[in-house]
Amino acid sequence: MPSSSRLIDVAGGRASIRVHEAGDGAPLLFLHGAGGLMRDDPFFAALASRYHVYAPMLPGYEDSTGEERLRTMLDITLHQFDVMEALGLSKPLLVGLSMGGMIAAEMAALAPNEIERLCLVAPAGLWLDAKPITDMFALLPQEFPSYLFHDVVKGAALMTPGGDLNDVNFLADFMVMNARRLGTAGKMLFPIPDRGLRERLYRVKARTIVVWGESDRLIPPVYAAEFQKEIAGSRVVMVPKAGHLVGHEQPEAVLRALTELN
Amino acid sequence: MKFTWFHLMPWPHLPEDFREKYRSVWVDIPTTLYDPRRGHGVYHDYLDQLEYAEKVGFDGLGVNEHHANAYGLMPSPNIMAATLARRTSKAALMVLGNSIALYNPPIRVAEEFAMLDVMSGGRLAAGFPVGTSMDTNYAYGQIPALTREKYTEAHELIMKAWREDEPFAFNGRYTQLRYVNCWPKPIQRPRPPIFIPGGGSIETYDFCIENDYTYCYLSYSGYLRAKQLMDGYWERVAKAGKDESPYRGGFAQVICVADTDAEAEKLYASHVHYFYNRCLHVYPGFADAPGYRTIKTLQANMITQLTQAQLRNYPTLTWKDLVDQGYVIAGSPETVHDRMVDLAKSLRVGNIFGLFQVGDMPGDKVRNSTKLFAEKVMPRLKQSMFREWDHDDRFWIKPLPANEQRVAAE
Repeated sequence: MPSSSRLIDVAGGRASIRVHEAGDGAPLLFLHGAGGLMRDDPFFAALASRYHVYAPMLPGYEDSTGEERLRTMLDITLHQFDVMEALGLSKPLLVGLSMGGMIAAEMAALAPNEIERLCLVAPAGLWLDAKPITDMFALLPQEFPSYLFHDVVKGAALMTPGGDLNDVNFLADFMVMNARRLGTAGKMLFPIPDRGLRERLYRVKARTIVVWGESDRLIPPVYAAEFQKEIAGSRVVMVPKAGHLVGHEQPEAVLRALTELN
Repeated sequence: MKFTWFHLMPWPHLPEDFREKYRSVWVDIPTTLYDPRRGHGVYHDYLDQLEYAEKVGFDGLGVNEHHANAYGLMPSPNIMAATLARRTSKAALMVLGNSIALYNPPIRVAEEFAMLDVMSGGRLAAGFPVGTSMDTNYAYGQIPALTREKYTEAHELIMKAWREDEPFAFNGRYTQLRYVNCWPKPIQRPRPPIFIPGGGSIETYDFCIENDYTYCYLSYSGYLRAKQLMDGYWERVAKAGKDESPYRGGFAQVICVADTDAEAEKLYASHVHYFYNRCLHVYPGFADAPGYRTIKTLQANMITQLTQAQLRNYPTLTWKDLVDQGYVIAGSPETVHDRMVDLAKSLRVGNIFGLFQVGDMPGDKVRNSTKLFAEKVMPRLKQSMFREWDHDDRFWIKPLPANEQRVAAE
């Protein structure tokens, strides 16, 4: 199917969620990262070339609402199960990017019999004192591309916000949107993106692949081995010439890795 | 009018090239720039200055809370207020304040404030700031989008702890206590006067109006830029049908007094520049953690904030700019008086938090400016401003009678 989007009621009207949907094939639930979806998001498009992709936006992202009732990691994890329920999805292929990977891993740990196939793309959720993750909450907007992409120039072009940041009206709208999104993200990632996931990962039964860009500067690739260590039977795929947004820079490599879960 | 002599306690030995070499005075400034042996003397100088301010007649002595901050060396303002409680006897101890979302459990604030009120004989004025993003989120790790909810709950707990005579259970989202039992209780009943620092959010306006707390705007950009924000507050006060007592409002202002306008520049300009150029050098990435401000407030203020931020280029501002644009009220007693009248009238504030020690200003200059203000400016303002509200004691301390006041034994 072509790309479409709709608002759905979740949890008996307690949240209203924007869901983007595209593609034909097996159902794939995609959980976005802290930045949400880009306009014409290349990773979303790549996934939709093989799967029927559902991308629900968290409260605080786009016009999804209901963030005031989400405070903890458990609230947010259960919220995503509510979304899955509202979409009528049963045991979809679950793909999570960065913050979305953290949520996906929590879902698989919380309900190991309901999540059977899991793809974590540069997930957050673990912490190593010796390899601290960059504090994204103290980055200036113009600094992001160098942390997110292997090819910084191309990446910066992808991230253009669709308006002129020198125009004070556009900038004001952009800042408000950013505050809403990262306000929600902060509930999982601030000040340290660790909500105790490591102690729960032993519960995961899903066949799991962990995909990481070799040039990731936001969450160093050394974290891939940590996930592999904690999730029994999981496999790591390291992707060359890719930064944190590996699915945006090397979508084919991620699609190839996903075939292992078919 | 009520005049509080307010100290920030800045570190006065930041290097000349601080701006170029370091990205922020706050949050990640290395402690190699601090020297505890010098710090010993600095603390004593600063406390001496606060005690001096009472001697020359100020109504209040102000201290506040900052963390990981080289211009605010009071992570615990209560410790400073405790030393002042023993060495002063008349002035309000204006603790502005304790960031109540940071204390776990926040009953700690109810207890320490009660201690201060009892020690000082009922002279505590209690401030409850939400706290800046630098302090609250970056230095103290609170989740930005949950900070306000936590603050609201902490406030409820503290007020109830002061009010109730029997132990009670408190089942909050952030704090659960089976036995809340605040020993000691404050002298001032039902509570000390409450001062709330705010930065223009509608929620804070309404919170102050509902509870009859004093709304304080603590900016360093001076009274001319504060007009729009305080107008917004007074509009809400009128809308709520409350009286217009000027003691519902307070404002912080940098003030430098000398014998003449020219002398003021000569004596104080370098210290004022130290303050604006080094002390206020904050990395923009720490200024406003996403989620810290409510969306409602962002939508109401974003354009103003962005525009003001573009204008706020401190290093390019000369002494004349700083004075003309009202960042600093400086000059002869006559000049300062006239501008203070202008400030009080245009913002309608009965409470002034005067910053007299500015940047690396040494003690002798601080005393000079403080004394001139106390002798030649303050009495005239008290004589002329807001006299119809002289009877209004709702917003100020109610200490024990003088014959019951105890201080340190000599």
